[in-house]
Order: sequence, then structure tokens, then C-alpha cells
Amino acid sequence: MTVEAILSSGLLNYLVGFLIVASIYALFTLGLNVHFGDTGLINFGVAGFFAIGAYTAALVTKPLPTGELARYTQQAFGLDQPFLVGIIAAALVSGIIAVLIGIPTLRLREDYLAIATIGIAESIRLVFNNEQWLANGSKGLVGIPRPLYDLVPTAYYNYVYLGIVIIVLAVVAVLLERMIRSPWGRVLRAIREDEVVAAAYGKNVFAFKLQALVLGAMVMGIGGALYAHNAGTISPSVFEPVFGTFIVWVMLILGGSGNTKGVILGAFVFWAIWAGTQFATDAFVPPALNSRAPHFRFLLMETLLVLMLLFRPKGILGEERFVSTLRPR
Amino acid sequence: MIALVVDGIILGSILSLGAVSLTLVYGIVRFANFAHGDLMAVGAYVAFFLVNTVFATLDIPIATFGPLSFGLPMLLALPLAMLMTAVVAVVVDRLVFRPMRARRYATVMFVIGSLAVAFAIRALVFIIWGPEFHFYTQALRPALKLPFDVRVKPDQIFILLACLAMVAGLYLFLQRSKIGQALRATADNPDLARISGINTEHMMIWTWAIGAALAATAGILLGIDSQIRPEMGWNLLLPLFAAAILGGIGNPYGALVGGMVIGIVQQVSTAFLLPTYKPAVAFVILILVLLIRPRGLFGSEQRGF
Repeated sequence: MTVEAILSSGLLNYLVGFLIVASIYALFTLGLNVHFGDTGLINFGVAGFFAIGAYTAALVTKPLPTGELARYTQQAFGLDQPFLVGIIAAALVSGIIAVLIGIPTLRLREDYLAIATIGIAESIRLVFNNEQWLANGSKGLVGIPRPLYDLVPTAYYNYVYLGIVIIVLAVVAVLLERMIRSPWGRVLRAIREDEVVAAAYGKNVFAFKLQALVLGAMVMGIGGALYAHNAGTISPSVFEPVFGTFIVWVMLILGGSGNTKGVILGAFVFWAIWAGTQFATDAFVPPALNSRAPHFRFLLMETLLVLMLLFRPKGILGEERFVSTLRPR
Repeated sequence: MIALVVDGIILGSILSLGAVSLTLVYGIVRFANFAHGDLMAVGAYVAFFLVNTVFATLDIPIATFGPLSFGLPMLLALPLAMLMTAVVAVVVDRLVFRPMRARRYATVMFVIGSLAVAFAIRALVFIIWGPEFHFYTQALRPALKLPFDVRVKPDQIFILLACLAMVAGLYLFLQRSKIGQALRATADNPDLARISGINTEHMMIWTWAIGAALAATAGILLGIDSQIRPEMGWNLLLPLFAAAILGGIGNPYGALVGGMVIGIVQQVSTAFLLPTYKPAVAFVILILVLLIRPRGLFGSEQRGF
């Protein structure tokens, strides 16, 4: 077989598409790891930051629709900016939302943040669903530009995009790992273990929690942006809680909350399990129950999380114990 | 506007019942139970199954009560659905939360577990009953015309009275009965309750059973008022928590007032906003409460009731 035939074969294409989405979910999981794994914050609104990142990137990089398309598509603005500007904007807007949600909730019991993040995610989805003028309402946006699209023939474009996603994932993972091993990161873990003790050592617990919430949200925003450019089209139905939030929690707990390598592994392993259950439901669920088939898979996912929580709460890899970056491990 | 307020009171009474049971459970198990809305859905669907599937094959008179839209089948289904939902909640506690208690897990793990339970219940509802809306009855009942152009369906008056009766019953139970007093003691101070000879594990079972039975009633009443659908539990989550926190979490009487306020504001908001924004309206109230008075209207520094 020639190189060309191998690169364009169906199986390999499937694998590349699989790796792109798994890497994007790994970014969400990394963001959630900053929240929960490192700081102990319960964010049940991953889907909200996912949506904000995706819509921001789309509106910043898309031009305003023209001609025939303008009759069917409404959007508040379209800045036609390059890919990197979109990524940065996505991270910034997600960070701002995190500040707004953090201020009223981070001084209170941990359950209040969980409730408030569900609220923000639902509200964001409702706004994008109902406000036609903002980003075309429930029909969503199409034709989101793809970075470096002209570099290679279209058939090979996914390889380029996989490269971009892996570079972003690697940069984010290395940066987060360095931050969490810094004195700053150790304060986060101290807060997770015992807030009162951290406060007694003179740490401003609220400020550190807010920083962690913002940092994690920004990573999620970047993940959302990469999702939008990969899919090329987004609509509010993408950001439903099960698919936008819950799956990320399953990946986090499965891989090992508090372990950077673990949560990335969790994202890839769970995305593989998820793809496997797709084949299983296609094969075993009768066509008459097609509209219910996804819910068999959801039930499986929810059962898996409960079993993990009960029998292996540390996940596949478990948390790495470390004292200081200065001391050899 | 007055009509919207009247609708709000009906919705508010249902939310009150849901929030009272949510906050009752919270006071004893000490974590925010994200599956509470879905317990309401379980109640509503079990009643639907009994009325429209099981009882339809039996020889039960289907005549409706006077101007109400339902008859004997629903009245029989109500206690059975309460019982079934209580069984579901106790089984979930056995399978998920009791092992966590035995392992002395941190609160966050219970909260995450309850979210998994919520989605699992919803997936089961989707699998068993499908994604469509359902109605308990197709019958249309004329509304009563009251002064100020207010129309009230006879069902709605029944809903209001039923909610008030349930809450009054709960009040008497908590104040007068031995178990109610033990529950209050456990909510106040579990350690003290334990050394006074109260079996707190039994109290957990009672709490889940009573909380779920009240949630089931609220779900059924909501179904009578509008329709039942698989996402109903999820959509109720924000109003329920907003009501419970507004009233001071852990305080059932506060939750009663909180539910009324949320219900009325949600209905009145539909004069300016699309009705689909109702959960977002509840969320805005929640954030305002957290900013201005995080312990709620009637919350004290100490939890308990």
C-alpha cells in the first residue's frame, strides 16, 4: 500500500477523529482537575464553560454571514479574526464567567458552588437556545473556520488538526503540572485537605479558590474553542449536562483525580469505552428502541462512576504524592 | 398579572413540597442531594404507569371526582407511588450512600454520587417510558372564573390543598411522633442523638423514605397540573435548591416560604421573559440570596429544625 492509501483509509481516519475528540475531552478533564482534583471545588457546570469557549471562538473567528446565508443565520457579531485570537478570547471569557460565579459561592459550603455551576451552565444553554440574534438560537452556527485549512489537501486535514490539538494539550498539561508543583499549587492542595488549616497558615483561601476556579475554567474554554473548530458547527444541544459535564467527571474519577497524567489517560480510556458502547448498542439494541439507545449507554456510564467512587475512588493511576519540586522524588 | 400570581401560588405550593422534602433530607444526610428532582419524576412516572397501564386493565371505576380531572385510579395510585418512590430512595441509599458513610467519605463524594444517581434515574425513565411527554388524562376541565379575571382549574385548588395538607402532616409528624422527634434530634446533632440511644442508621432510612414520598407527591401534583416528561426532575433542580436556600437550608418551614416565592416569581417572570427561562430565573434568585443573605430568610447559624 502506498503512503497515500494508508493515510486516507477509513480506519485510520476514524482513529484520527477519535484522538482529536479524546484530546479535547482531556482538556476539559484537565480543567476539572484544577477545580476538583487539586482544590476540591465541585464544578457541575463544565458544559457551561465548554459552551462559552466554543461560542466565543466561533463568533471571534467567523465573519458575519453574507448573501443567501445571511437570511438564515443571525449572529450578534463576527470578527473574522485568526484562530489564536479566538482561543485567547475563549479562555478570557470563560475566566470572566468563573469570576462572576466564584464571588458569591466560594466563601460558602462546597455544595453551593455545585448548585451555582449547574445554574450557570443551564442559563448559558437557555440563552444560546432562545436568543436568535446572538448566535442563531437553537439552529446554531455553521461554517466555523478551521485553522491552517489550506496547508494540505482536504482529505488529510484531520492530521493537521490532530497536531494542533496535541500541541495545545501538551502545552496546557506541562504548564498545569508545573503550577501544581509550585508553592501556589501546594496551597491549593492544602485548601482541599483542610481549609481551616490553610487559613490558619495565613493563606487567603478565597483568593486561591477563585484563582483555581478561573484557571480551570480558562482551560475548559480553550477545550470548547478547539471543539468548535473541529466540529465546524455548534448548537445548544451539544452542551446538554450529560455530554458536556457528566462525562468529564467520569473521565476524571476513572483516570485518577489529582494526577495530571491520570486524568489525560482517563479521558482517552473512557472515550474508547464510549466508542465501544456505540458499537455495542448499534449491534444489540433493536431499531424500534433507537431513540432510547443512547440512554442505555448513559446508564452504563453512571453505573461506572458509582462503582469507581465506591471501589476505586483514586482511579486508575491515583494521586501522585510530592513534596517539592526542589527535592528529587 | 393577578392571574400569573395565582398560577404562581399553585406552582409555588408544588415547589414548596419539593423543597421541604429536599431540605428535610439535607438536614439529616448532610449533603445536597442532586437526585431529588429525579425522585419527583419517579413518583410521577410510577403513578402514570399505575393509572394508565395497570389500573386500566382492572375493574376500577374511572369516573372522575366532580369537576376534577381524575378519579379513583389516581387516588389509589398516589399512596402506591409514594411507597414505590420511598423504596427506590432507600435502595439507592443502601447501594450508594450507606457504603460511602461506612467508609467515612468526604461530603463531595456523596454530592458526586447523587449526581450520578440523578442521571441514572433519568436514563431509566427514558429507557422505560421514552422521551415523549405524557398526560395523566386527556380530559379537559373548564376553569372556574373568579373575580379580577382570574381563572383557576378545580385541579389547581386540589393541588394547593393537597400540598398544604402534606406539609401540615409533616409538621405534626416531626413535632408529635417519636420518630419525628428522633429525626429532629439527629438533624440537630447526630453525635448527641446517637448517645441518647437513637439509631441514626434507622433515621437515614426514615429520612429517605419520607423525603422520597413527599417528593413523589410533588411530582404527581406537577403532573396533574401540566404534563410529565423525563427531564422534569432536572428542570426542577434549580427552583428546588433556590427555594431551599432562600428559606435557609435545613429549615423545612423556610423552604415552604421559599417555594412560594420562587413559584410566584417564576410565573410572573413569564410576563416579560420566555417561559423556558424559568430555571434561569430561579438561578438568578439563588445568586441574589447567596450574595445578600447566604443563610437564607429563616436560616440560623446552626442548622436544624
